Amino acid sequence: MDGAAPLFSMEGISKRYGGVRALEKAELVIQAGSIHAILGENGAGKSTLIKVMSGVVAPDEGRMMLDGREVTFASPGAANKAGIVCIFQELSLIPELSVADNIVISDPPKRFGMIDRKAQRRIAEDALARAGAADIHPLSLVKDLPLSRRQMVEIAKALARKPRILILDEATSALTAADVSKIFAVLKRLRSEGLALLYISHRMNEIAELADHCTVFRNGRNVASYKAGTKSDNEVVELMIGREYSHIFPPKPAAVAATAVPILEARGLSWTDRLHNISLTVRAGEVVGLGGLDGQGQRELLLAFFGVLRGLTGQVLIDGKPVAIASPAAARENNIGMALIPEDRKTEGLMLPMTVRENLSFAALDRLSKAGIIDRAAEQRLIDDMVGLLAIKTAGLDIPVGALSGGNQQKVVIAKWLMRQPRIILLNDPTRGIDVGTKQELYQLMRKLADAGAAILFYSTDYDELIGCCGRVLVLYDGAVKRELVGAEITERALISSALNIHGEESPVGLGASA
Amino acid sequence: MKDWRYWLAEQRGTLLALGIFIVMFIIYTSNHPAGFNANVVQTAANKGVLLAFVAMAQTLVVITAGIDLSVGMIFLLTNCLASWLVVGTPMETAFGVVAVLAVGLVCGAINGAIVIYGRLQPIVATIATGAVYYGIGLLLRPFPGGSVNEDLADALTGRVFELVPASLVVLLAVVLVVWVPFSRSVLGRAAYAAGSSETAAYMSGVPIRRGKFMAYTLAGLLAAIGGLFLTFFTYTGEAAYASGNSYTLFSIAAVVLGGVSLFGGKGSAIGAIFGALAFRTIGDLLFVFDFDPLWQPLFQGVILLIAVSLGAFALFRVRNRLEWFL
Repeated sequence: MDGAAPLFSMEGISKRYGGVRALEKAELVIQAGSIHAILGENGAGKSTLIKVMSGVVAPDEGRMMLDGREVTFASPGAANKAGIVCIFQELSLIPELSVADNIVISDPPKRFGMIDRKAQRRIAEDALARAGAADIHPLSLVKDLPLSRRQMVEIAKALARKPRILILDEATSALTAADVSKIFAVLKRLRSEGLALLYISHRMNEIAELADHCTVFRNGRNVASYKAGTKSDNEVVELMIGREYSHIFPPKPAAVAATAVPILEARGLSWTDRLHNISLTVRAGEVVGLGGLDGQGQRELLLAFFGVLRGLTGQVLIDGKPVAIASPAAARENNIGMALIPEDRKTEGLMLPMTVRENLSFAALDRLSKAGIIDRAAEQRLIDDMVGLLAIKTAGLDIPVGALSGGNQQKVVIAKWLMRQPRIILLNDPTRGIDVGTKQELYQLMRKLADAGAAILFYSTDYDELIGCCGRVLVLYDGAVKRELVGAEITERALISSALNIHGEESPVGLGASA
Repeated sequence: MKDWRYWLAEQRGTLLALGIFIVMFIIYTSNHPAGFNANVVQTAANKGVLLAFVAMAQTLVVITAGIDLSVGMIFLLTNCLASWLVVGTPMETAFGVVAVLAVGLVCGAINGAIVIYGRLQPIVATIATGAVYYGIGLLLRPFPGGSVNEDLADALTGRVFELVPASLVVLLAVVLVVWVPFSRSVLGRAAYAAGSSETAAYMSGVPIRRGKFMAYTLAGLLAAIGGLFLTFFTYTGEAAYASGNSYTLFSIAAVVLGGVSLFGGKGSAIGAIFGALAFRTIGDLLFVFDFDPLWQPLFQGVILLIAVSLGAFALFRVRNRLEWFL
């Protein structure tokens, strides 16, 4: 570290959730006027670290120092007052309020005790301009904005609070490439204004471009801290996962013959302005990846297959025959046999207060019942199979599924669909927020299912997963397939350059040796 | 888009309610034997404002994504109390009015405290407190009776300058003194934010608890103003269980008619007022058409269903079926 006194530091911070150690004597030192990147696998403790810093959770032990004085934060509001502002990964915007209302929400300008709308408007316009998002109208409702615009509002909102330490937690994940470059310019300007920025991202190229200093977290501890650019990407990845990363993925089989009739095929799928003329095929035994930056239409494409979108144009073919899938209930019927593992398990995958048993049998109830009555013995047999197959760790089948860890919850979502023995499995970023061990099990499971004849379409925001699991990867950009990568072409460099829609084989800025 | 387009989009629910009310009221007065005159308007206004006050009360709570099933009972309790206290000399009467309003505030504050600090579901909490408030009202007035300062009552239910119903003037004053400051205050915005997305509001450091508490408390106050007016119209106090319940349920109907979302975070008390006035007019339409009063509930229900369906047309435009559930 530089000789200057740190602006902010954390010493010996620990936090436990039930039996899980989220943070274990974590240390962090932040200097003013620099961008500090935090790296780590999901579940490494990054989110908890930020939550402690920004007053969302109280640490079990340890202390935080700001300007050399010990501080504690009872709420996010208290941390804001001290100058620590966080842009959360889960958006903290209020959908029914206007952009201007949201930007000033924590401390609106007042006149005679009431909110001064003129001043509010001024502040909002100013903040939007500073965030490089002057195109957003301050009176529009947040719920009417697309995700990438909301993210810009979120950034403007943080700037309006005049932070001293700005924390960005995967703040660019929903942004388009054009927005990302705008935001980078804003962040660099803030650094020159003397702010401390804490930057959390999985995107190595972003970190390489922005960061002055990096700290790697693993299993709730800071395992390494180094000046940006002094370690290769491979070294960093090994620090993050704590072992050689080639061992995580099961070996890939030989490519499936392109002559076989695909189980799932799309021809010229389009939907509103989100999907443009998408064609793809998935054959039995194949794991086909969907790549690209987040929010480029991958989620919509999966929803389109699963019968959720109305007004779809183009064709979907199952076993070479055109079908019209009008609802998820139709998609899961035997003749199609499709399953979708949704992106947000908490709202789209599970009924959190209901028991593990109930959650597991939801998708298969029609198969387990006769004349509307559930055959409990058959249900139990199938559930036992699944709990065994996926090694779900639970204290019992009759506890609420919300009490399980994230990884085990995700296993329940997957098991629920496997109970129907689907032939087509759509996975929407299934490893988000789960630990490395469970991820490894999921990769193996995916391979096993494909080997048994399933067709798998796998969207992931994690490039390593796409490289490790897929025989082919389609990279989406702005709702269209930009590039298809096959076999050895699937490299981090190729994935990133096509995700950013950069032509040619030039490496994007700052990308290291991993490609 | 221009600024006014955003304003229009925001006020859509309120304007729709205003439109429904105007149409209903034109049908009503044009078929009324006496036509459109000050008397007809006064009678309609006096009936309408009772529900309007209770609907305003309901709005405040619904904005926080809660629901207050005790508003009708606070309305009854304050009616019973007013029939004891709002009597005598001007000083005594003034004291009585203040006491009645204070009781309404306390009732609302109790609801708020139970829901926010006791963390009970608003439905259950307010069913229970509503029963308590009704019980107290029944003890105060086991039988209909009591009286009220008639000078005050006549002044507030009569006409200003022989033209404008005084009750509408009071309603306007209450909007200006209670609703406008609330909706533009930090706590008011906190109430909206909590109703729209409580997690996001918490993460943004919004004073959620104080905002919700303020909403529940002011709801009690508004229901009490309604209770006072009921006393001014009837000159008596009566703990009529059925009437309390129907005010509670009608207030929910009026709120929905007025464009307030039951999911919270959206709508305004002004819309709810027009919703209440429209709802009352619908109920009275039958009388001007000389139908058998037996038809009233059926007719009222059908019109209500149609009116509420107007707000559901947006669902036809949804292209992503998951948005149905948002």
